[in-house]
Order: sequence, then structure tokens, then C-alpha cells
Amino acid sequence: MSYSITEPSNRQKWFAGVLVVGYALLTLLPLAWIIATGFKTPADAIAYPPKVVFTPSLEGYVNLFTSRSRVTPEDLAALGPPTTWYDAIVRQYDMVINGPSRYGERFMNSVIIGFGSTFLSVFLGTIAAYAFSRFKVPLKDDLLFFILSTRMMPPIAVAIPIFLMYRQLGLSDTHLGMILLYTAVNLSLSVWLLKGFIDEIPIEYEEAALIDGYTRFQAFYKVVLPQAATGIASTAIFCLIFSWNEYAFAVLLTSGTAQTAPPFIPTIIGSGGKDWPAVAAGATLFLLPIMIFTILLRKHLLRGITFGAVRK
Amino acid sequence: MSDHLVQRVASATPPKLARRIRGVSDRTIAWMFVTPTILLLLAVNIFPLIWTIRLSLTNFRTNRPNNPVEFVGLENYRKILTNPDTWASLQATAHFLIWTIVLQVVIGFTLAYLINKKFRGNDLWTTLIVLPMMLSPAVVGNFWTFLYQPQIGLFNYFIEFFSGVDPASFSMIGDVSLAPWTIVLVDTWMWTPFVMLICLAGLRSIPPSIYEAAECDRASKWRQFWTITLPMALPFLMLAVLFRGIENFKMFDLVVQLTGGGPGATTLLTSIDLKREAFEKWRTGFASAYAVILFVTVFGLASIYVKALNKVKDR
Repeated sequence: MSYSITEPSNRQKWFAGVLVVGYALLTLLPLAWIIATGFKTPADAIAYPPKVVFTPSLEGYVNLFTSRSRVTPEDLAALGPPTTWYDAIVRQYDMVINGPSRYGERFMNSVIIGFGSTFLSVFLGTIAAYAFSRFKVPLKDDLLFFILSTRMMPPIAVAIPIFLMYRQLGLSDTHLGMILLYTAVNLSLSVWLLKGFIDEIPIEYEEAALIDGYTRFQAFYKVVLPQAATGIASTAIFCLIFSWNEYAFAVLLTSGTAQTAPPFIPTIIGSGGKDWPAVAAGATLFLLPIMIFTILLRKHLLRGITFGAVRK
Repeated sequence: MSDHLVQRVASATPPKLARRIRGVSDRTIAWMFVTPTILLLLAVNIFPLIWTIRLSLTNFRTNRPNNPVEFVGLENYRKILTNPDTWASLQATAHFLIWTIVLQVVIGFTLAYLINKKFRGNDLWTTLIVLPMMLSPAVVGNFWTFLYQPQIGLFNYFIEFFSGVDPASFSMIGDVSLAPWTIVLVDTWMWTPFVMLICLAGLRSIPPSIYEAAECDRASKWRQFWTITLPMALPFLMLAVLFRGIENFKMFDLVVQLTGGGPGATTLLTSIDLKREAFEKWRTGFASAYAVILFVTVFGLASIYVKALNKVKDR
């Protein structure tokens, strides 16, 4: 750090720090509240004034992962003592566990569709970005702009014909259909970002490799790919985050087998209305991986979210 | 590690194919690499767009596939543009768009300015501030409805705590006068960090030597801000506005989970209106025309804006 006449004074720094930290704490409060609510009992969750100190409970998580039904106290007594800790929690409410809930499936759908589309969009994006970066592609600028402009369409507008098309092709509510759709949506991000990353790799490296007798393909995967590895990894995480968070297409085009978690979590309900601890538990498990990725990714954040328009 | 893979691929490739691959020209490679992307985008974006335009000229309804499909010309467009409901939803969108942009620019720029004072630990706090925008808007929006519950919500509790207003006396989601501000508030909570990050990049791109020169000339801090900081960060600010503008014009997930367009039609943004027409009333032809109008609007406004942005950049 350079000390110059323009360096902010200690008082200025302190003042700025207090304001920023204050904003951060305020803005993180809803997220902290999600995590805390997941560990409350339904009664604690709706207590007023809101409870900050409470005895943690796993009820929300048990309710999230199970489907339950109410039984009469006599039937409950006839069942004998609960065999597992989660049985014990459920039986306090005169309920028994029937089986697993849909949450696990929906979460797995998010994983399959997220990773599938990420792999495809990064793979296609890398080779397309390489071609755009290194070769004379006719109409290059128009094609690049076309790729970008596909992001300007409102998802609902695209969903109308896709809905009809998928019904014809038998792709509605399938993993493949969602993977292809998310791949197409992510391709614009992946091509633009990766082109930026590959543009930064000096072309001399490849030229040296070509002179050494490498073919273009060998130069691509032995020289360019390793150099672009960091860029490819961060692009992949941005694609993954998009697919993971996507809601509009998911809610319109999936209903059962391929439904992802975002349209599912808001529909979680308990026996007496909305089961907020279970919703919060589901949200926590779903949001936590992205929070961790964000912290890991902080250096590439800006580039990723602005399509590479802002580099540093 | 990549070497292993390469060798395995190489040894698995039949010699004949390998020779063929080695022989291909750069031109062929370029096409091989670009074509899959273009094809996929044509299939998932352009083909549907053309289909939408075609549908928009008909009275087709998805829930009545056996009805005869009639060509109605520009009738759907006429209906939309003369429908007061359309204009009401455009107005709701404009309210949402303008206020989110104003608030996010003001707060985002201020935060960036403060972070740029480089206090200790600013990196950590920047990362933490960014968290909300990386999360699923639908899941987070859904949880905000819990915070806004009139009797029990944390938000209403805060209002009571600081102002003494009875927490059961107002509902951020249910009251006609509050709902449009509720969606502005949550969107601002979520996306201010985005504007902040771009502004921060802008502020960091200003070379310190300019400030040093200004100090030597005895320019006041106030003057330095208006003649150096703001003009030099302006292209970045404008870029942030472009991104937020496009995104919020398309806004669906967050708001549909928060208010679902209600109460009444007070937060019925165009995307939600479009969804109702297309997937609840199943007026496919009508909705397609609506979609075309929205797309042309976004595209037109964005193009004009980009021209302005380039002018500022070149200055």
C-alpha cells in the first residue's frame, strides 16, 4: 500500500468502516434469520416478539425430509416406544412418519440439471470462445452480439414456444429438456466470459507449440486449456449458480419428475398452514452451497456477473 | 493431470480418425467449434422467437388445441396496446424499475465509495455484502413473505421497535399502498451489492496520480469528487444501470414469490401479467404478441442506452 497525500485519514477509514459493517449486518440479518428459523420449533418460529434466543430443535429438518400423518392417541400408544430420535420428535404431535418427502428428489434434480447443464455449457462455450478468440470467424461481431442478445428476452416470453415445442418432442418435465434449456441460456455467459479469459492467454504460446509440431487440437488442449483452467472453473461456477437459482423456466416447464428445488421449496406446507421451520431448513440446505461458492469465488465475482464487461 | 487424459484420449482414438483430425484446417476447426453453440441457440432462442411471432398473429389457445387456428393479423397487438390493463402493468413495471435503479445506484455507489477508503477488513465485508445477490430469488423472496407477516414478522417487529407502530396494523404485502414499495425494498436488498461491485471497480480504476495533481492544485475534496471521482466512475455506473434495467424489466421470480402481482394488480409487473395470459388464461396467441412487444421494448431501450453509454465512454 502506498502512503501518499491522497491516502484517507484514519478517522475517515474508521467512519467508512462503521457504516459498511453496519450495512452488512443489516443486510445479512434476513439470511441469518433463515438459518435460525430452520432450527426453531414451529411455536418458536411464530412467537412475537421474534425469538433471538431459543432452544435449537431439528423439527424443521425432520419435517422437511419426511411426510407424516396424524394418528389417534390410542393408535400411537399401540405402536410402542419410538425407535429413532426423529420418530420421537414427530410423535410429540400425535404423528407418525409415512416415508420420505419429495425434498430429497427435488434437491437431486437441482444437482443433476445444474451439473449437467454446467458441463455442457462450459464445454460448448470453451470451444466456441476459443474459435472466436483465435480464428477469423465470418460475422464474428454479429454472432457475438447475437449470443449476448439471447439474454435480453424475458424468460416467460421464451417459455411460451418452448412449452409447445417440448410437448411435441416429449421433453417437458424431463431432465434432458431442462439441461438443454439451461445450457442454451448459460451459453451466452460462458462464451463471453471464456472469450475474455482466452484472449488474455498470449497467442505466442500456441504458436511455439505449433512450431514444435503440435497440431491445432494438441495446442488447444495441451497449451490453452491448462492456461484457461482458472477461467473455466470460475465460469463453471457462475453457470452452476444460474441453473441452481433459476425459477421461471423450472416452474413453467416442470411439475413432477424433473422439478428442481426453487419451485418446490415455497410449496412446502405443514399440517396447520405453512411450516416455516421446514421451509427455512429447505432454504438453508439449498442456499448454503452457493454462499460457500461465493466466498471462494470472490476474486472472480465481478467478471462473472458482468459477462466479462468489467475485468477487475 | 490433463496430460493423462490427453494420452488416454489419443490412444483411444483410432489411427484413421486421428489422421483425419490432424489434417483439418483452422477454418474447419473454427466452424466445428462454433457450430454447436450457434445451433443450440438457434433451436432454443431464434426458432422459438420466430414461432412466437407467428403465434402472435393467430388466435391459438394451448388449452384448446382442436379449435381452428385463425390468422388474425395484428389484432392481438391492437388489443394489447389499447388495453388499459397493459398500460397499468407497464406503469407498475416503470415504478419498480425507476425506484430500484435510483435506490441501488445511490446506496451502491455510497457503499463502494466507503469501501474504497480501504479500512481494515474491507475485503471480508465486501464479500459478505455480496451474499444476497448470489442466492435464488424465488427461495429468498418466499422467505421474505415470512419476515413481512403482520403479526409475527421480523420486519414488522423492527418497525414497531423503532416507530411504535402496531405491527398488526399494516401488511407490507397485503396493503395496496405498501406492496409496490415492498418489492422495491427486497429487490434493493438483493441487488444493491451488484451496483456496489461495479462502482467499486470504477473507483479503483481511477489512477491516484489524478488526485495527487488535484491536491497540488488545492482543489477541495468536494470539488475533487464532482470533477474527478464521479465523471470517471460514470461509465461504470451506467453499465450497472444497464444490467439492472434489463434484469428488472424481465423480473419475475422474486416478485411472483413475494406478492404474486397483488394485491389487486398493484405489483403486476409485465412478466407476471404475461405469465398469467400465457399459462393461466392460455391465450397463447395474445400472450405471444405481448411477448414480442416486451422484447422489442427491452431491445430498443437497451440499444439506445448502449449508444449513450458509448458516447460517455469516448468522452
